Amino acid sequence: MTMTSAVVTEGLTKRYGRRTALSDCTLDIPAGHVVGLVGPNGAGKSTLLQMICGLLQPTAGRLTVLGGDPISGSPRIGFVAQDTPVYAGLTVEDHLRLGAHLNPSWDDELAHHRLEGLDFDPRQKAGKLSGGQRAQLALTVAVAKRPDLLLLDEPVAALDPLARREFLQGLMEYVAESGTSVVMSSHLVADLERVCDYLIVLVKSRVRVTGEVEELLASHHLITGARIDPAKLGPGRQVIQARHTDVQSTLVVRSTAPIEDPAFSVDGIDLEDLVLAYMTEAAESGRDRVLEKQR
Amino acid sequence: MIEFHLDARSGVAPYMQLIRQVRHAMRLGLLKEGDRLPTVKDVVARVAINPNTVLKAYRELEYEGLVKPRPGLGTFVTRTLGGESELAAHEPLRRDLDGWLAKARDAGLGDESIEALFADTFRQFSEERAGRAGRRG
Repeated sequence: MTMTSAVVTEGLTKRYGRRTALSDCTLDIPAGHVVGLVGPNGAGKSTLLQMICGLLQPTAGRLTVLGGDPISGSPRIGFVAQDTPVYAGLTVEDHLRLGAHLNPSWDDELAHHRLEGLDFDPRQKAGKLSGGQRAQLALTVAVAKRPDLLLLDEPVAALDPLARREFLQGLMEYVAESGTSVVMSSHLVADLERVCDYLIVLVKSRVRVTGEVEELLASHHLITGARIDPAKLGPGRQVIQARHTDVQSTLVVRSTAPIEDPAFSVDGIDLEDLVLAYMTEAAESGRDRVLEKQR
Repeated sequence: MIEFHLDARSGVAPYMQLIRQVRHAMRLGLLKEGDRLPTVKDVVARVAINPNTVLKAYRELEYEGLVKPRPGLGTFVTRTLGGESELAAHEPLRRDLDGWLAKARDAGLGDESIEALFADTFRQFSEERAGRAGRRG
């Protein structure tokens, strides 16, 4: 099946002096999905997003966005940067007027309809808005451009649970009516599990795993049993994470074929544990910041 | 109109949770033939889940012959599950179960033991039935 790609990268690399922010990143992000970009802080998520929207130039590698070169300020891309910046001195209405002025594809009805639904006072200064309202305003400005690709950098990280849920409700409502492709970075896996159908795990500037959420969940298994030698699991089975006590082994294994062996107990795995397994694997060579668990 | 919810910690896939909630509402008579399911947009705006999850659940329900989409109008329930006779049978069965639960308590079983015993017996019962049906076929 041929699927149109929203973003294609090949060996994409970004270095700042001696520090590598993104290393040899090769991805094919299909269009029409809500893609979760997950990894610890400093993994390279923002760098990747900023290169996709043309704000940063790669050091090496190739990048195709919506079939062409990335263009900074493209009307086809909506971008909500980290901490959802707004103009503190401008009112809510000013933001919409500015958006209409700057974007030929501006959908003023959509923008006003969204904010009315959220009980915004159009005369309110953006600097006086709550974190949740600021995020909603930034999202409104981004989607009213009617973009083909919406990029969100940690849009809900700073929000309380209620504001976070409201933000995701609004985002999903927009996706349902527009079919826009979305790439959204987050370290809150529980949120991503609800809204994303495609996942990219980025750790220490490298892509660890990528794919449709459903396929990833179906092909990863949690195996427990008396001490298991990972090498003896058989072909086609990739051990992602292995923990052993003196009497027991716990493995996270990737295998498309079902694992049936009376010696082990085989369970499914949820997205959070799957992501954590890849992050632990990546952290083995050294200390790494741990994924923040959301409860 | 029914309203969906999601238990993120249940271990049941979200689309399957939606399917079960529709079947459950049909069995309880909350959804009858001709009733409309919420639109995909309404569901995602309330539950904050991926639209494809809802589409998948509705497609599965359509495949099971329980609902049918009408272009431009929505997705409609095409049959009534359970029906009067099944609903009428609920009450005496519930009384039997109450009695059984009281006996289990008297025997000193805790909540977890009761649930495990029921789930285990139910599974064996279903497997034996399926086995017999398999041999007959």
